[in-house]
Amino acid sequence: MSNPIPAVKPVFNTGEIRAQFPILREQVHGRPLIYFDNAATGQKPQRVIEAVDRYYATINANVHRGVHTLSNLATEAQEAARETVRAHINAKYPHEVIFTAGTTASLNLAAACLGQVLLKPGDEVLISGMEHHANIVPWQLACDRHGATLKVIPITEEGELDLPVIPGLPRNPGLFTGQSGQARNDSPFTDRTKILAITHVSNTLGTINPVKELIAEAKQRGIITVVDGAQAVPHLPVDVQDLGCDLYAFSGHKMYGPTGIGVLYGREELLECMPPWQGGGEMIDRVTFEKTTYAKLPFKFEAGTPHIAGIIGLGEAVRWMNDTGMAAMAAQELALLEHATKELLQIDGLRIIGTAKEKVGVISFVVEGVHHYDLGTLLDQQGIAVRTGHHCTQPLMDRFGISGTTRASFAPFNTIDEVDMMIAATMRAVKMLRR
Amino acid sequence: MSTTLAQVQQEVVEEFAMLGDWQDRYEQLIEQGRDLPLIAPEHKVDNNLVRGCQSRVWLHAEHRASDQPGAGIIHFTADSDALITKGIVALLVRVYNDRHPQEILDASTEFIDRIGLREHLSPNRANGLSAMIDQMKRYALAFSSVQ
Repeated sequence: MSNPIPAVKPVFNTGEIRAQFPILREQVHGRPLIYFDNAATGQKPQRVIEAVDRYYATINANVHRGVHTLSNLATEAQEAARETVRAHINAKYPHEVIFTAGTTASLNLAAACLGQVLLKPGDEVLISGMEHHANIVPWQLACDRHGATLKVIPITEEGELDLPVIPGLPRNPGLFTGQSGQARNDSPFTDRTKILAITHVSNTLGTINPVKELIAEAKQRGIITVVDGAQAVPHLPVDVQDLGCDLYAFSGHKMYGPTGIGVLYGREELLECMPPWQGGGEMIDRVTFEKTTYAKLPFKFEAGTPHIAGIIGLGEAVRWMNDTGMAAMAAQELALLEHATKELLQIDGLRIIGTAKEKVGVISFVVEGVHHYDLGTLLDQQGIAVRTGHHCTQPLMDRFGISGTTRASFAPFNTIDEVDMMIAATMRAVKMLRR
Repeated sequence: MSTTLAQVQQEVVEEFAMLGDWQDRYEQLIEQGRDLPLIAPEHKVDNNLVRGCQSRVWLHAEHRASDQPGAGIIHFTADSDALITKGIVALLVRVYNDRHPQEILDASTEFIDRIGLREHLSPNRANGLSAMIDQMKRYALAFSSVQ
């Protein structure tokens, strides 16, 4: 008798992946943890935890200053991590990789420094309606400071950017310009647009935006482009040269690395033109009370002692992702997304917010007559960690006329069984809340 | 009808002690919400929102004047858009309602720990719970200076 062919071929060995995450052995309310809050922060594989630990235990010293052995070792480890990150996003030079405290810090740096050199009264900064507050508020501050205006690309009912696309034409080139090259009336860009700041992947909806096409269009118009890549880098291969963006921001903690470390990639020529953001040690060349000259890139933007342990941990996280296989991880996440989407829709009154054609493994939903907070609390009681609320995207909630959603976001260590348990737990909670 | 505030707290503690698993506990909480003296529409305004809760909680306090029945007591009404939060605020209203300001100010909040609510609720929610108690005590403090 021949063996039956399994219906779903496993993408890779989930058990092997799970064994690398010590936190998955934890229990919550007496049940094994089911962690579906990966978009808020990713869990850390043992290798990353050990790399951070090893730094503190064996080579802890300040970087770029000491003549002593440990300082040199710490500096080498930090700069090796910079090279690892550079290669991962295919930046041209290591000094185009600036270490920050996270995406929020990266975007604040971008908005403050670009605002200073680019924005004049009447100018426009273009963002989208699905931005995280971290890619809204820094631009509002910059606009206020320089008399510029914030413009917003609207969002469709499916949770995609509402962009004019010419039917029958490939998206790139000609996204907003006809074949004649005439600007379309409904293009989000105007003659006053100076900066485009847009998210690569929506943290709330999971939508993957056509950033490459947008950037190409912006570049033709001489607009500087900034991408919030916090939710993209953990899931997609990102090639900053291929995207053609000027700045690209992301966080370590969402991509299996430590908290408190992030990156701002910047094209060399642009970074050279930008003034420093914060002043202090490390970022100077020569200080006198009359005048200070600044260090060269990347140190001009890295004032103070960096988060050395975080940088080394981030480097290890990148190596872990590459060793595990980005494509295999993405395939597992998409399998989970597809299964969760299909099964969740079986629940009466459940509506998925964000049904874009291209998504990462993030699923936001609302259930008629059920408050997301009640649902999240009852799922937690059953050992399931999801996110509830506005996900730091209040304007997007307003767009959909809701106060919040319940969001499950997947990692490659999650399983179909776990999704099924979430579905069952959701049904049980909804029954309790609707009675 | 002269049940003291401490006696009501004890009642609540005993009710919850009889409950088994999380499901019973939360069903009981949701059930409490049904008995909540609902806030009048004109008081269900942003000014009466309790800060520090992820869901929305409205709390209104009315100090009964000396020529009214129950002179000097504080009457609470409330509502929430989430059922569990509504249950929690209902529990608090049940304990603190129709008391003189000083009784509310003197009351211990230890019963919250004894019904296992603090440990069973997320930090966010626990903060919301503390925020609700703080708000009730603030009303009591404000009214305690009114003769």
